[in-house]
Amino acid sequence: MKVSYYPGCSLEGTALDYAASIAGVAPLLDLELMELEDWNCCGATAAHSINHQLALDLPARNLDLAQRAGRDVVAPCALCYNRLKVAEKARGGLKDIQVWDLLEFMTQDGRLSPLAEKVVQPLTGLKAVGYYGCLVARPPAMTGKKDYENPQNIEKLLKVLGAAPLDWSFKTDCCGAGLAVARPDIIDTLVNRLFERALAAGAECFVVSCQMCQANLDLTQERISQKFGKDYYLPVFYFTELIGLALGHPEVEKWLDKHLVDPRPLLRRLEIGF
Amino acid sequence: MNDQNPVTADMTAQPLRPAYDLPERLLEDHLTVTACYQCRKCSGGCPLIFAMDLLPDRVIRLALLGQEDLVLKSRTIWVCSSCETCTTRCPNGIDIAAVMDWLKEEAVKRGVAVPQPEVARFHRLFLDSILAGGGRLSETHLLGKFTLFKLGRGFDFKEHLNNAKLGFKLFKRGRMKLLGHKLGGQARAEVEALFKKSGFSL
Repeated sequence: MKVSYYPGCSLEGTALDYAASIAGVAPLLDLELMELEDWNCCGATAAHSINHQLALDLPARNLDLAQRAGRDVVAPCALCYNRLKVAEKARGGLKDIQVWDLLEFMTQDGRLSPLAEKVVQPLTGLKAVGYYGCLVARPPAMTGKKDYENPQNIEKLLKVLGAAPLDWSFKTDCCGAGLAVARPDIIDTLVNRLFERALAAGAECFVVSCQMCQANLDLTQERISQKFGKDYYLPVFYFTELIGLALGHPEVEKWLDKHLVDPRPLLRRLEIGF
Repeated sequence: MNDQNPVTADMTAQPLRPAYDLPERLLEDHLTVTACYQCRKCSGGCPLIFAMDLLPDRVIRLALLGQEDLVLKSRTIWVCSSCETCTTRCPNGIDIAAVMDWLKEEAVKRGVAVPQPEVARFHRLFLDSILAGGGRLSETHLLGKFTLFKLGRGFDFKEHLNNAKLGFKLFKRGRMKLLGHKLGGQARAEVEALFKKSGFSL
């Protein structure tokens, strides 16, 4: 199945691992991702914070590209997805195509059971919490999501992959997102709380679909450990990396190698793939 | 809220006179602060209140009462992370996160002294970095410019050392690129036209 693909700027930079794992697993799911040609930045938090016009016009240009391509468009970045949806609403909808966030697209009904048949390396014993963050679900008036307070996509996926998803109350709490550079101290407080709550739930790792969440949980872990006198070790997987791992993709190690919190010791202990 | 807080201290010092200009302008942009009945659900679910000077329900109430000075100068609007929890849960359908955005944009337009200059500067540099990339953000460009801005405001050895270490780790893993992917030709011209239309200037 061919689908338009809008990667967004950070997948060309800090989230290279996410981009590589998406490119790696798409064929395993019989997906052909057709990158929109000459797509532009959605404007992100900066645009909607201080320039309302740009915050609508920048994603609208990408919607024009998607409309011309004539296929549903998939965005892996939660913020890109959110901005596309807001711009879609502002123009009164799209013609015959739909905007998806990658997680929802890959875990929609009918896609999970074929996936189950392809698992060669079950993620047995992997105790994980799904961390969705804010913007794939909220606000539902824009995203159209029904289970915006307690989404289940990651949990369903993890079960299919043989892992042990755990319930917790912070799966859609904020990591601080775009404040990471300007107010890192705010990130520290928010993310430390996520670490504590995840550990209290018995988790040994996070599974995310948003690269801002990944960055704020992975890149900061050493700093936050020092600041709060803790010794956190909580690898932060992209859900696509775990699909790749369970389906035996040969390049999983290359993706995981880009994380600052190395997931390999955890996987080795559980004898999953390494 | 305590009286050490300059915003709330100011509030208690003098009687508050309602004004109608602000709520009416918000209403023109479909931001219905007038629908608020002060259930405070927005503040109850807000993960950022520890960093705020006014709780979100106060911002809405003060906006409804037309207290422009108080809301435009508040720290709250700048530390709001736009997580959309308040907007999602408001029983009266007020897009509270969008009100925060509206107030930020208004504060910038009016040249109000922003109590969170680093956040405001980051947003502007972010947009400037999109323009520099012809429509795509260069993370390296943005972080470089923001570091220069921070250095201009004082040198914190530990902070800059830690940032440099983090940058090096990312660079080593290929997650930080010196040259981002730039757009050219028609695409760049289209994006530049959008920036021009928006009136953006650094």
